[in-house]
Amino acid sequence: MTEPIITFDKVNKWYGNNFHVLRDIDLSVARGERIVICGPSGSGKSTLIRCINRLEEHQQGTLKVDGVELTDDVKAIEQIRKNVGMVFQQFNLFPHLTVLENLTLAPMWVGKLPKKDAEEKAMLQLKRVRIAEQAGKYPLQLSGGQQQRVAIARALCLTPKIMLFDEPTSALDPEMIKEVLDVMIELAAGGITMLCVTHEMGFAKAVADRVIFMDQGQIIEQNAPHAFFDNPQSERTKDFLSKILGH
Amino acid sequence: MGSSFTPIAPRPAPVNTEGLLPWIRRNLFGNLPSAVVTVLLVALALWLLPQLVSWAVLKAVVAPNFDLCQAARGSGACWGVITEKHRLIIFGRYPFDQQWRPEIATLALVALLMASCVRACWKPWLVALWVAVLALFFALMRGGVLGLAPVETDRWGGLPLTIMLATLSIVGAFPLAVVVALGRRSKMPAIKTICVVYVELIRGVPLISVLFMASFMFPLFMPPGTSIDVLIRVLVGITLFAAAYMAEIVRGGLQAIPKGQQEAADTLGLSYWQAQRKIILPQALALVVPGIMNNFIAIFKDTSLVTIVSLYELTGAMGLALNSDSDWRPFKIEAYLFIAAIYFAFCFSMSRYSLWIEKRLSFSKNR
Repeated sequence: MTEPIITFDKVNKWYGNNFHVLRDIDLSVARGERIVICGPSGSGKSTLIRCINRLEEHQQGTLKVDGVELTDDVKAIEQIRKNVGMVFQQFNLFPHLTVLENLTLAPMWVGKLPKKDAEEKAMLQLKRVRIAEQAGKYPLQLSGGQQQRVAIARALCLTPKIMLFDEPTSALDPEMIKEVLDVMIELAAGGITMLCVTHEMGFAKAVADRVIFMDQGQIIEQNAPHAFFDNPQSERTKDFLSKILGH
Repeated sequence: MGSSFTPIAPRPAPVNTEGLLPWIRRNLFGNLPSAVVTVLLVALALWLLPQLVSWAVLKAVVAPNFDLCQAARGSGACWGVITEKHRLIIFGRYPFDQQWRPEIATLALVALLMASCVRACWKPWLVALWVAVLALFFALMRGGVLGLAPVETDRWGGLPLTIMLATLSIVGAFPLAVVVALGRRSKMPAIKTICVVYVELIRGVPLISVLFMASFMFPLFMPPGTSIDVLIRVLVGITLFAAAYMAEIVRGGLQAIPKGQQEAADTLGLSYWQAQRKIILPQALALVVPGIMNNFIAIFKDTSLVTIVSLYELTGAMGLALNSDSDWRPFKIEAYLFIAAIYFAFCFSMSRYSLWIEKRLSFSKNR
């Protein structure tokens, strides 16, 4: 058994003094593992994955990513961010840059790649998400599904070891969800470590090695997808599943 | 039903809305109140315009003849005052026989400003050009090199001084404003406090008092024997004053950028400065172009306040030119109109340029 790529050890986080958003989180993620995190809103699932690349700070416990412990040390944060890609609900593409420039920005400025190499690499990723013909356009000229695929390609340009998805399909029109999920399924097949906050249970069944259910800042239940869906252990999970699968 | 989808071909609008006549009918005579206002305004214009033309053109005296001007007083404009005094108004107390120097210096500076507005010129060599032109400007104005007779800064004046003060304080204030705006949003308490105190202190006092302090009080705190030229002190004063206001405009733009942009930049591993330079500032500044240009225009006109510390820029030079000559003093209105036209030409160009750049930068709104 190799060393896990991410370990949470008794991680706690509060917003302000009173909102205890993550409570004693213990979690270890194996290399190449694909995890889907679900749970009601406000349960801390987004906060959990945002701690992994330090968009949020945890206040207690230890969190290690790829052998590096996350502390206030800027160097450690930089190191981890190089290896962790993230895709947001609202895409967060840079509207003043073309699609291609969105992709080449970090490789050129962080990775110190020459422009030509960065562009080649970017085009490769754009082909991978099947959107290469839009390289010269501006993000707001694209549909939501196209924008999200660009965002995935942008994250992949730094060749991360871990990909975090924070509700990647929640802001999309129903017609466009599939094109994004298809790209994510292909990506999952490539062996990258993936943590995905989503309520797309079809996606969870298709690609996840493990489904985690969170509520009130805690991990309530985690299991392989078929066991999780067919035989949930806790009442809270059953209740949640009946609500999201009930229609 | 099961019928297939048949697209409806586009048809032209039933009423012609293009062209001048339909426009007039719709906008000027759309309804009764609108028609009444249109008629009244046209009548007013017909009544006023002939008088204006008569005063400004038909009965005006252009020759620098004081007696003719006196005779036409009340009925015709005396543009003769400008023919007579324009060199004093435009160049202030700069030595008369050396006025070719500010002429060339100012033309070079204006040409540089125009070049800086053209996108094709936004290249590294533009910075070198700025250094060269500014060096040329000061060499010509100040003299003492290349066999030019030295001219003390207190004799500089008129339009060259106005343009130089405005240009340098804008060029200095803008980057300072950006740094202060970023500093005010900093997580580091010391930096944040310094920026807040700076902005609030400067905004709390009028420009005149800043100029007074720069001119009269600052030298009292200097070690004896050392002195900084009053022009530089005043320039620093205007720059600090303008930057405080501009910083708040820039901060407004920064606030408008969604948090997700910074998060995306963080996630990609960009450093703080990289993120500001490449992601946040380009978007924030594009949003506040109108406010910033407003500020630039205000600075340009505020330079007229340096008169109170005895630097005679355009407005001051005009006052100097007329007040010193009791014959021409009555014709101040014409002289004021003359410098107003100069101010307007500059400010209007700035305003048009602002509109153009605003359009260029509206990347996000469906191009």
